[in-house]
Amino acid sequence: MGTDTIAAIATAFSESGIGIIRISGDDAFQIADKIFLSKKEKAGELFSFENEKTYTMHYGYIIDGRSVIDEVLVSVMRAPGSYTAENVVEINCHGGILILQKIMELVIKNGARVAEPGEFTKRAFLNGRIDLSEAEAVMDLIQSKNEFALQASVNQLKGSVSSVIKKLRSEIIYEMAFIESALDDPENYNTDGYGERLSVVLDGIDKKLEELIGHANDGRMLKEGIRTVIVGKPNAGKSSFLNELLEEEKAIVTDVAGTTRDILEEDIRLGGVSLHIIDTAGIRKTEDKVEKIGVDKARKYAAEADLIIYIVDSSVDLDESDEEILEILKDKRFIVLLNKSDLKTAVTEEKIKQKLKSFSDYEMIRISILQHQGIKEFEETLKQMFFKGKVSFNHEVIITSMRHKEALLQARESVSMVKQSIGSGMSEDFYSVDLMNAYAALGRIIGEEVGDDLVNEIFEKFCMGK
Amino acid sequence: MPEFREKADVCVIGAGHAGCEAALACARLGLQTVIFTVNIESIAMMPCNPHIGGSSKGHLVREIDALGGEMGKNIDKTFLQSKMLNRSKGPAVHSLRCQADKAEYSRCMRMILENQDNLTIKQTEVCDILMEDYQREPDEGGRPVEHLKRKKVAGVKILTGGIYECKAVILCTGTYLNARCLCGEAITYTGPNGMQSSTHLSSALEKAGIRLRRFKTGTPARMDRRSIDFSKMEEQFGDERVIPFSYETDPEDVQIKQELCYLTYTNEKTHDIIRANLDRSPIYAGVIEGTGPRYCPSIEDKVVKFSDKNRHQVFIEPEGKYTNEMYVDGMSSSLPEDVQLAMYRTVPGLEHCRIVRNAYAIEYDCIDPGQLNLTLEFKHIEGLFSAGQFNGSSGYEEAAAQGLMAGINAAREIQGKDQIILDRSQAYIGVLIDDLVTKENTEPYRMMTSRAEYRLLLRQDNADLRLRKMGYEAGLISKKQYDRVCEKEKQIDIEIKRLKRTTVGASKEVQEFMVSMGSAPLRTGTSLAEIICRPEFTYESVAAIDKERKPLSEAVIEQVNISIKYEGYIERQIRQVEQFKKMEKKLIPDHICYEDISGIRIEARQKLAKYRPVSIGQASRISGVSPADISVLLVYIEQMKRK
Repeated sequence: MGTDTIAAIATAFSESGIGIIRISGDDAFQIADKIFLSKKEKAGELFSFENEKTYTMHYGYIIDGRSVIDEVLVSVMRAPGSYTAENVVEINCHGGILILQKIMELVIKNGARVAEPGEFTKRAFLNGRIDLSEAEAVMDLIQSKNEFALQASVNQLKGSVSSVIKKLRSEIIYEMAFIESALDDPENYNTDGYGERLSVVLDGIDKKLEELIGHANDGRMLKEGIRTVIVGKPNAGKSSFLNELLEEEKAIVTDVAGTTRDILEEDIRLGGVSLHIIDTAGIRKTEDKVEKIGVDKARKYAAEADLIIYIVDSSVDLDESDEEILEILKDKRFIVLLNKSDLKTAVTEEKIKQKLKSFSDYEMIRISILQHQGIKEFEETLKQMFFKGKVSFNHEVIITSMRHKEALLQARESVSMVKQSIGSGMSEDFYSVDLMNAYAALGRIIGEEVGDDLVNEIFEKFCMGK
Repeated sequence: MPEFREKADVCVIGAGHAGCEAALACARLGLQTVIFTVNIESIAMMPCNPHIGGSSKGHLVREIDALGGEMGKNIDKTFLQSKMLNRSKGPAVHSLRCQADKAEYSRCMRMILENQDNLTIKQTEVCDILMEDYQREPDEGGRPVEHLKRKKVAGVKILTGGIYECKAVILCTGTYLNARCLCGEAITYTGPNGMQSSTHLSSALEKAGIRLRRFKTGTPARMDRRSIDFSKMEEQFGDERVIPFSYETDPEDVQIKQELCYLTYTNEKTHDIIRANLDRSPIYAGVIEGTGPRYCPSIEDKVVKFSDKNRHQVFIEPEGKYTNEMYVDGMSSSLPEDVQLAMYRTVPGLEHCRIVRNAYAIEYDCIDPGQLNLTLEFKHIEGLFSAGQFNGSSGYEEAAAQGLMAGINAAREIQGKDQIILDRSQAYIGVLIDDLVTKENTEPYRMMTSRAEYRLLLRQDNADLRLRKMGYEAGLISKKQYDRVCEKEKQIDIEIKRLKRTTVGASKEVQEFMVSMGSAPLRTGTSLAEIICRPEFTYESVAAIDKERKPLSEAVIEQVNISIKYEGYIERQIRQVEQFKKMEKKLIPDHICYEDISGIRIEARQKLAKYRPVSIGQASRISGVSPADISVLLVYIEQMKRK
C-alpha cells in the first residue's frame, strides 16, 4: 500500500544530549539520502540508504546544500521490520531545540510532512505491528492527542496573526467566488481584464504570506518561548527589570497588548533562549476590590508559567504580601532577584533562604537594576537552567510552528501557481484549483475547514439567477 | 368486491424528468415497468425555465446521454436556440445550453415513453407504498444488529384502491407532494402549472419512517408576445454552428433556423415598487415556511439582498414555436398579481405587457436525502428508490440524472447484479449524488461546476470517453455505440503519441512559420506536442509543419488538442484522483455499529450513524467528522477485521 512519508521529533526537547527525528513511509530513504552526507560519501564512495542493510547505523552529517547542520548517526529499518512496518529512518542528532527544528524543517522541505499526532502509532496498528488488545488505547491516544494539538495550535497563535490569515482567506475566497459566479452566469459577470486585476490582489497576498513565513522562521507567529511571569510587591522593580531586559537585548520582537491593562507581555530572546515574559500587577495583601482583581490575574498567569521571576526589594523588609507570593511559587521553578543591592539591605539572602526552606529548586541572584548590576548573571543562570533542562517549554509549540510554516509555504506555492496560470494566458477556471489549495492551507493554521465556504460566498456576494 | 390487482417489476411514481429516465432505463433493461402520473399531459413538462443545459447542467445532459439516457436526444429534436457557454474559458467549463420548445419537448418524450417496450403509462395518483418486514442475513463476522431488520417494497396502492405488486418503486414526485402555490395573498393547493397535487403519499411515507421536509421554489410570469416591444431590448442569438447534445445526433440535423431571445433590465422604478410592496410578499410576510434556493432568487430577494445593484438582467425567451407565450427570465416572484403587473411594466419593452400566467412560488414536500444510499435506494427500505426534486435537488437535468441512476440500480437489484455508482472523479452525476446523500443541504440543490473538484477531467467534451463503457455494462448502450467510442479513444491515443514522438528541426521553413505565428523561433529540435503547447498554437494551426498528419474527425482533434494543451493541469488532477480513490476504496463494513466506537467524538458518531457512509472517503466528507475521527475509524475497522 503506498503511503506518504511522515516525520516527527521522537524525543522530548532539551532534557537529553541527543534528539531523534523519525521518518516513516515510502520515501523515507530517498528523503534521508538528500540531507545526509555519510563519512563514506565524503571519502568518495557511493552511498544510499536504499542499498544499506536493515538495522544498520551510519555516521555522517546532516547537510542543507553545502552547510553542515549537525554530526549525526542515522539508523535504517526496512519494511516490515520497523515500528510502523514501513521504511523508517531515525536521525540521532544533538538534542538542542534549534538543531532539531532545523533538521526537521529540512526533512519537510525534502518531501515528508509533519506527522499528525499519534500517526506513527496509528500506522503501526494498521500495519499489524501492534496487538489487537491495544486497539482501544490506540484510538484513545489518537483522539486525545489530536484534540490537544488542535487546541494548542489555535491557542498558541497570536491574535494578530490569526486576523491577518482570516483576512487573506476572505480575499482569496472572494476572488474564487467571483470566478465561479462568472462561470456559472457568464451573461451576467464579465471577466475581461480579470487576470491583471487578480494579479494585483495576489501580489498583495504573496507579500503578506512572505511576511508571515518570516514570522514563522523567527518564532513571531506564536506566543512562543518559555512562559515567564514576573511577580513581586509593588515597587519591587518589576517593570524596570523588564525594561532593562528589553534595553539589554534591544530585541523586542513584538508587543502584544495584554488581555487586560494590568498585564504586559513581551517576547525576548536572551542568551539564545526565547522568553515570553508577562509582567503582572504588583502583589500585596489587599481588601481593595480593583486591586484584588489584578492580584488574582497575576496568580492565574503564574499558575500557567514555566518559570517565575520573583523580584524582591531588598531594602524593604518581608511582609504579609511576600507570604502571598510564596503561595504562588509552590511547585514552580523560579528565580529570586534581590533587587536594589545598591541600597541598605533589609532582606539578606539568608533571610530569604530561611523563608524558602521548603522549596528546593530555585536560584537566587543579587541585582541592582538602577546600576545595571547582576543582569549578566541572570542571563547566565537562565541559560544554565534551560540547557540543563531545568526549565523547558511545551514542545508542541515547535511542532505547531512547523505545521504552520508548512501550510504557509503551501499557500504561497499555490498563489505562485495561480500567477503562473495567469502569466501563461490560461483562462479563469484554471485559477480556482490553486486558489482553493491556498485557502485550505491557510485554514489549517487557524483550524478552519473549507466546507461549503465557496458556495456560500458565491450566493452571499454575487447575485445569481437567470 | 373484486379487487383490481396487477403485477409489474418496477413502479415509477411521477413522469417528470426523473421519472421518464428512470422508467425508460428499467424498461430498456427488460423489466416490466409502470409509470404513474396524475396527468398524462404533464409527462416531461417544463414548468419553470425553458432551457435544457447551462453551466454544469449541460455536463449532466452529456453524461446522461453517454450512459444511454434520453434527455440529450429529446432536446436535440426540440430546441429553438442553442449556445455553447463560456467558449472563451477553458474546455472544462464550456457548457451547452438550449432553449426548448416546451410543448414539443413534452410531446416527443411522451411518444418515446408510449412506444417503449415493457413500459406502461398509467394516469392515476399513487397513495401508498406497500411494504413487508424481513430480516436480512447478518454479514460474515457481523452480528444481527438492529439495522438488519428491514422493510422491503411489495407494491403500490392507487387512489381507486387498486394494487400494483412490484419488486421496486422509484419515487419521482417532483414538486407535487402536498404542493401549494402562492401568488401574493392568493394560495392554491395545486402542483406546478395548476396541475393537481398529490395529497395522500406524504403521510404514507412518513408512516414508513421516511423523514420529510419542505422546500420552496418559484417561477416568473409568462407574457403575450404581442404585448412586448422588442425594439427596446437587445437581441440574443444562438451559435452559428450548433453542437448537438447527444452523441447519437447527426450534427447536420441540428443546423436549424433558431429563434431569438431578448435582454432587458430592471431599474430603480422596478425596485421601488417591489420595496413598497414587500409586506405583501408571502416570503417576507412569513407565509412561506419552505426553504428557497439562493442561486435562483426571486426578484424580491435580489432587490433586498443586493440593494447596491441598480439593475438586474431580464431575459425574454420563447416558450415554444407554436405559442405566443414568452418567459420572463430573472424575475420570478410571489408578489400579488397587481404588484407583479406594475413591476413588470417598469421594465423597458414591457410597458404594455399582458401577463398570461402569473409568477408564483411553490412549496412542496421532499426528503432529507441523507436517508439514501449512493444508489438512491432508501437505506432502510429495500427496493424503494427516489430521484429528482423529491430528493431535494432542483433543475430538470439534476432530476433526469438521478432518475437514470435510480432506474439502472433498481433494475440491477431486481436482476441480482452489482450496483453501479459513479464517484466524484468519474462524473458530475457522481458529484451530484454524493453531495445529496452525504452533505447537509438546506436548500434545493443545484449543480455548479465549482462543486466538482476534478472538473478539469469531467468535461462535457469527454463524457462519452468517461461513461460509455459504464453505459454499455449497464446495458443501455449497444455494442456498436461502445465500439465507436473505443475506436475514438484509440485514435486519440495514437495521435497524441505521434505528436510527442515527432520532432521538427529548426529549419528555415519551420523558423519562418514560428515567427509568422507570432511565436519564438525554436532553439533546437522540438516535438510537435511541445509546439502545440505554446499559447500561440493549436493542433490545427501546426498543420503546416506536420507532414505526416492523417485526416481525423473533429471530435478526435478536439480531444488531442485538449490533452496536449492542458497536460500539466490534467496530470495534476489525475494524481489528486489517485489519492481520492485510495480513500474511496477503503470500505466500511456494512454492519459497523458506531455507538460502540468510544474513541470517536459524539457529534461525529451521530453523524456517521445517520449517514452510514460506505467508504472512508465518503465518511471524511460528512461535515462534523474530523481527520482524527477518521483515523480512529480506520483503527476500529482494522480491529473488526482481526477479531
